[in-house]
This record gives sequence, structure tokens and C-alpha cells, in this order.
Amino acid sequence: MSAGARVAAALRPLPTLYRVGFADAVAYRGQALIWLLSTNTPLIMLLLWNAVAAEGPVGRFGQAEFRAYFLVTLIVRLLQGVWVAWEMNMEVRDGSIASRLLKPIHPFWSYAFENIAAWPVRLVMTAPVVVVAAWLIGAQHVTNDWRQWLLFPVALFGGWALSFSGNLAIGCMSFFWQSTLAIAEVWFGLYVVLSGYIVPLELFPPWAQAVVVKLPWAHIVSTPVRLLLGHDTFEQSLSQLAAQWTYIAAFTVVAALLWRKGVQRYEAFGG
Amino acid sequence: MNILVDHLVKHYRVHSRSPGAMAALRSLFVRRYDTVRAVDDIAFSIAGGERVGFLGPNGAGKTTTLKVLAGLLKPTSGVVRVGDFIPNERRRAFLRSVMLVTGQKHQLLWDLPPADTFELNRAIYDVPRIDFVPRMKELVELLEIGDVIKKPTRQLSLGERMKCELAAALVHQPTLLFLDEPTIGLDVTMQALVRKFIRTYSQRHGATVLLTSHDMDDVSAICDRVIIINHGKLSYDGSITELVTRTRPEKRVTFTLSESVSAEAVQRLGRVISASDRVLTLQVDQARLKATIENALQTLPVSDLTVENAPLEEVLADVFAQARAKRGAA
Repeated sequence: MSAGARVAAALRPLPTLYRVGFADAVAYRGQALIWLLSTNTPLIMLLLWNAVAAEGPVGRFGQAEFRAYFLVTLIVRLLQGVWVAWEMNMEVRDGSIASRLLKPIHPFWSYAFENIAAWPVRLVMTAPVVVVAAWLIGAQHVTNDWRQWLLFPVALFGGWALSFSGNLAIGCMSFFWQSTLAIAEVWFGLYVVLSGYIVPLELFPPWAQAVVVKLPWAHIVSTPVRLLLGHDTFEQSLSQLAAQWTYIAAFTVVAALLWRKGVQRYEAFGG
Repeated sequence: MNILVDHLVKHYRVHSRSPGAMAALRSLFVRRYDTVRAVDDIAFSIAGGERVGFLGPNGAGKTTTLKVLAGLLKPTSGVVRVGDFIPNERRRAFLRSVMLVTGQKHQLLWDLPPADTFELNRAIYDVPRIDFVPRMKELVELLEIGDVIKKPTRQLSLGERMKCELAAALVHQPTLLFLDEPTIGLDVTMQALVRKFIRTYSQRHGATVLLTSHDMDDVSAICDRVIIINHGKLSYDGSITELVTRTRPEKRVTFTLSESVSAEAVQRLGRVISASDRVLTLQVDQARLKATIENALQTLPVSDLTVENAPLEEVLADVFAQARAKRGAA
């Protein structure tokens, strides 16, 4: 089989994978709704920072800027749910990953499409938040560069892909350690603090900011949010996106290597 | 699809510790590992289209061997070939020709109807729709699942789920079936249907079947040959008839009587296995079978009789007991 035919054969099942994943996501709509409603950290942070800014702006952030920042952060977060590290850990531990290993499609594809398939449900559920946010933010607080508007979906997807590939690499570690949930918790903890999720990264002390903006978590939330709000120039946005996709490639390679080694030592416990 | 296994060894490294808080604390710093010899140098071959029962007590190494053959586990050493493939490499063409169904794990999507899993597998195995439609029709008819495939899996009974698992695993028409306890937890009717289905599928498509089960009715209904593994070692490989004849050469003769008889009249005939009011079962040496039956027909009011081998469960219990005794002596 030629390389082209192999790629075509690998891609052919993806639309069905997506359709079935979507049906599964719809079946879990109650759970998705609860997750969306419980993802309220940016709103809490908005209230806190709003109170701080009442006494005067913090850097570039007055009350309106904080409102714009955390509402866009909320939307980005709602659309970027990833659970592959938890799922892989469970499947490796209880042996149910065997059914994926026996299928002639790389499990990375099925994990990715199960996650991606939840997007339409999330988009529908997030729509009211987007409408309210657009009304509250107003046009003056978002970028007026149409090129950045075009880049925003790429950055948003890139943020998801970075989160997914990082979690995938952690999930693959389950072949080597019985529980990698602690590592996933550390990743999530760093994400909360270092991604711009609870505090805009430019409010970090300069020395910390210089480091944090180069770490992967910044490119999950801060990069798409800053891009949409016009905090970066178009050229800076391009450079941020290049860093974001470099991290995605790096984590995917690490995950693939861990997978290849891990499957060889997998002991398939659990009947 | 042929299977060749030669000097197969599979060892696991298992973390072990004593119970209690102190032992748990100690294990944070010093870990002790034991090596479990799940499969210890076994060899056999299976020709395409054969149906083989893989038997042994719990922990004997049956499921481990099945997982090695299915490509889920890498052998510690030895040669394993399935058709032209080394299973552990899990090449696409290999995965397209095998299936593994276990009674304790499921591949059906829990919140969706089984029909969605069938469709998903159609796409993953790249089955043309022109083949998929009649194939599914056949599977649905043989397994009698027409009225359940559109209900969410979570709402199906265990038996319905198991039948749908089988259908989902056969969407790509594999030529090698690995079945690990496929009838566990099913009622008698479902068990009979599943057994009949597996045999029919194998005969119709020339599929090789390797089955593990603790239910000897599964084995005798589906398989013509058995391989017995005990403590990771192969202890028998041959036909069921030969196994029974070799281990328990005696026959079971059951007489149905038209009226009750005295205990003395019965005991003269041979070793009594069971005796109720008008049904009597004797265990008789092969050499004395004809004479015993003639004697019984002359001396007892026999209205019907059957001659059978000892049940496979008892034969296996004997085989395992002999193996235990041999290990104890060694």
C-alpha cells in the first residue's frame, strides 16, 4: 500500500468516529451542562479583579478590560475541555484499553475525535455566554485587525490541541506508572496558575512574566485571549502561534514515543 | 488462519507488599517485586478452521496466552505466529483478521444503541456498505437481536449485551476468534444460542476459534480439540474423546426402570453413581460394558438406557488433581 493510500485509509473512518462521538456527547448532555455551569472560575476572578480595579486600573486593566479578559477566558475554557489523561489512566489500569489496541486505527485518533466530538454540544451550550459576553464587552475591547479575527479559531483550536497533546503524553505514562493522575493534577494546577486563567500573565512580576509566557500553559489560554482582545500585534500573535504549535508537535512526539514503548511493556491486567 | 506457538514464555513483574499501614509506608521507599510465571514454555499449533478449547484452573495462564496471540501482550520469549503475522506487531492486516471477545469486558458504547457500535466498527475496519448490510442482517438473525440493537446498551440485559458484543466483534468478518468466557453469566437458553452461533459462524466462514471457558458445556458444544494448561505448562493437547477415554475410561450407564428394585439387585451390577426411585446410574469399565448391560436387561425391569462418557468437568477435575499431586511429589 502506498503512503497516500495508507493516509487515505487512516482518514476514512474519522467522519464516522466524529458522528458516533457526537451522539455519545449528546447522550451525556446533562453531564456536559453541569461541567459548563461549574466552570465558573473566570467569573469569580472577574468579580475579584473588578473589586481591585474599582480603586484604579491595574496596569492596562480597568474594570472594563478585566470584564473583557475574563469573559473571553471563560469562552476559551468552555470550548477546550480535555479528559484524555484521566480516560487513558483508567483504561490502562482496568484493561479496557485492550479494545482500542485491537482495532486497526491508532488510539490517538479515537481519543482525539471523542474529545472533538463534544465541541458542537459545548458550542450550543456556550452560545448564550458568547452573546452576553459580546454585549458586555463591546467592540472597543476586541481587536479591530481582521487578520487577528482569522487567526483566533487557529489559536483557539491550538490551545485545545496543546492541552490534548500534553494530556495525551501524561496518559501514555500510565503504561509505566500505575497511576498518573497525580501528574495530571500537577499539569492542571500549573494550567490554572500559569495559563492566564485566573490572572492575566502581564500582571505577573516582569521576571516571572518573562518565564511564564514561554511555558506551554500560556499558549492554551493567554495566547487566544490576548489575540482576540488585540493585546498583541499581528506579528506578535504569529510568533505566539508558532510557539503554540511547536509545543503541540513536541508533546505529540513525546506521546507517540511513550506510547510505542508503553504498549510493548503493557501487561493487560484485568481479565 | 494457522497458529504456531513454540517455547512461549510470559512472565509478569508484580509489586507485592504485606498488609498494614507500616508495610504501606515501607513500600514508599523500598518496593518488592515478584515474578509471576504466567506461561512457562508451552508449544502447540492450530490449523485454520479448528475450534480449540483452552482449559485450565484460574491463574493457569489461559487468558495470558490468548492475549499474547491477540497481540495485546509481548511474549517474554518464544515464537508466536498467527498466519503470516507476529501478533505483537499489531499490523493493520492482522488486526483486521482477528477478534477478541471477553465475557467481562465490553466494546459496546455504553450510552448508545449497539447499532452505533456496529456502524463505528464498519468505519474503523473499512467494511464496504454493500458487504456490511447483508452481513449485519445475517448476524442479527443468527443471534436474534433484531429488537434490541436500537436500544441504549445500558438498558440491555447481560445476555442481550453479550450477543451484541459478538455481533460488533464480527462486523469485519474475522477469520480468527479469541473467546474468553463468552457465556459467563448467561442463562441456559442464551448459552445454548451463543454456542450454536459460534459453531455455525466458524463452519460457515472457516474461522479458527480459540475458546477459554470454565463451562465444559461450552467446550464440548463448540470445540473438537482441547489444550489444557496448568501453572503455565501445557498438560494435554488432543481431542475431547481421547482426553475422556484416557482419564476416565469408564462409561456411565443410566437405566430407567419400570418399577422399583432392591438395592442388592442393583449393587451386583457394578459401582452405583446415583440411584433414585426408578433411575439408576452405574460406572462401568469399558471392557465389562456389554456384559453389564446384558446382565441388567435380564435381571432388571429396564424400560430405557443411555451410555455416556464421564462429564468433562469431572475429567478435568481429575486432570488438575493429578497435576497437583505430581507437583506435590516433586
